[in-house]
Amino acid sequence: MSEAPVVALSGVTKQFGKGGVTALQDVNLEIGRGEFISLIGPSGCGKSTLLRIVGDLIQPTTGDVVVNGKSAHQARIDRDYGIVFQDSVLFEWRTVAKNIGLPLELAGWSRERRRERVHEMLDLVELSGFDDHHPWQLSGGMQQRVSIARALSFDPALLLMDEPFGALDEMTRERLNLELLRIWDASGSTVIFVTHSISEAVFLSTRVVVMSPRPGRITGIVDVDLPQPRTGRTREEPRFAELIREVRRTLRAGGGFEAEEAGDEEEALIAAEEGL
Amino acid sequence: MAAIVVAERAPSERAERVRAGALQAAQLLGVLAVLWAAWEAFKWIGETTGFRLGTFEVNDRTLPHLHDVVGTLFEPSRRNGPLLIDILVDAALFTAKEAALGFALGALFGFAIAVALAHSGLLQRGFMPYIVASQTVPILAIAPMVVVWVNPKMPEGLKDWGAVAVIAAYLTFFPVAINTLRGLSSADPRALELMRSYASSTWSVLWKVRVPASLPYLFAALKVSATASVVGAIIGELPASVQDGLGGAILNFNQYYASAPTRLWATNLVAAALGITFFLLVVAAERAVVRRAPENVA
Repeated sequence: MSEAPVVALSGVTKQFGKGGVTALQDVNLEIGRGEFISLIGPSGCGKSTLLRIVGDLIQPTTGDVVVNGKSAHQARIDRDYGIVFQDSVLFEWRTVAKNIGLPLELAGWSRERRRERVHEMLDLVELSGFDDHHPWQLSGGMQQRVSIARALSFDPALLLMDEPFGALDEMTRERLNLELLRIWDASGSTVIFVTHSISEAVFLSTRVVVMSPRPGRITGIVDVDLPQPRTGRTREEPRFAELIREVRRTLRAGGGFEAEEAGDEEEALIAAEEGL
Repeated sequence: MAAIVVAERAPSERAERVRAGALQAAQLLGVLAVLWAAWEAFKWIGETTGFRLGTFEVNDRTLPHLHDVVGTLFEPSRRNGPLLIDILVDAALFTAKEAALGFALGALFGFAIAVALAHSGLLQRGFMPYIVASQTVPILAIAPMVVVWVNPKMPEGLKDWGAVAVIAAYLTFFPVAINTLRGLSSADPRALELMRSYASSTWSVLWKVRVPASLPYLFAALKVSATASVVGAIIGELPASVQDGLGGAILNFNQYYASAPTRLWATNLVAAALGITFFLLVVAAERAVVRRAPENVA
């Protein structure tokens, strides 16, 4: 990484409440331009919290977050983030086109420019012709594609995805994985992707960041050297299976598997404290 | 692939809607017929058996025939005068004017209060008790004061009935304020996070997320307020000494109840019809404005 990193985290710690749960402890991570980074770990390892800190949705207790050479706050004001949640969080009173165009509206784009870009985005996520549909008329997978189109519409430097395909069935999920890689390739953006699924992480990423709970921390980083572009065949390669084993080993070394059950409670606690 | 997933519009959708409408109308008429029958049955039993509920004795004065009530609408109200229904429709239109202005004022005021309170916990904690208290004072106690305060300040066109509109607004604003406040806070927290990530202003968050999310709550309140504003206007006419509305008509026919009870009953009927009209207008506005997934429509 000779270029300046898109995201640089140093000594990031997050504590909820005074003397409460330590969601993250001393996280250090640099992410380069165009990388696809997965954050993986059991519930309660703080991966979603880390994503929110990068996106300036919550503040770290201590530590530095630098995005594109500026503070996370400034990056948010500059609209450097596109965010996709597990639920599509589409506005049901807006049509598909108006949902995708919302960030552009807020950025003050003209109606004409907006229309043009929305059509580009609809093409990108293969939903052309659905402009005037309302979200409830679409399937879950289609809704999530609209959500991705909305996140990318203003061409943010960084795409933050919090288990975006977690609520979808396996087949839809695999298809959207391929589609996401195509979009990533076409848009050239940098992606941080939170997931529970080891195979999804390995399949998508250039690097898999393995985290473990109590306190949440990074216990290892696995470089994924599978050739690009990834295809439906990638999953059948022996190297794919090896990498999955490696991620699994790293998870286990961090106590990830044993912690799974206790972790759920902790995540619920954190969610409660965040008021979500 | 896509076409399969989208809900297809069946060609018979229109016929389906017509059938549903007809069914609804039939239900309405059916219920009306049952109520009518119950009224007449109660009257018949009361008159033939002479039974009493306490001191309540059933006769044509206490409980006239419904057909007499409807019939009296189409008789002259006094010798060679206009038909009663013409007088009552004029009165209803006058009251509607007061109620509509009161409804608009109250809804705007209630909405503004909700927006202010939604943005400040301090304001909310500080003012909420007084907003609630405002509604615990009987409107009849407040109305004369409103008339004294407001009437002299009204421009010529609003003289007298302007004060009545303010009284109607007093009844209208409360449900709107309470429900809108609830609705403004009902926005999906992740939607608010998204707006934050788009670096949107508080103003944009309000108009593009919070207000649209509050609309179902707002309209629930407007339905309550629509009828309350009619009641408020009728009651407000009494201390304001407004003679031209339904309140005036009620006061007037009240004096002649012993000799012509059906006229007061007929006035009540028209007042109810006015309230229902207000309600239905709000329902129509809701249909036009609120876009929601079918499963989220109340």
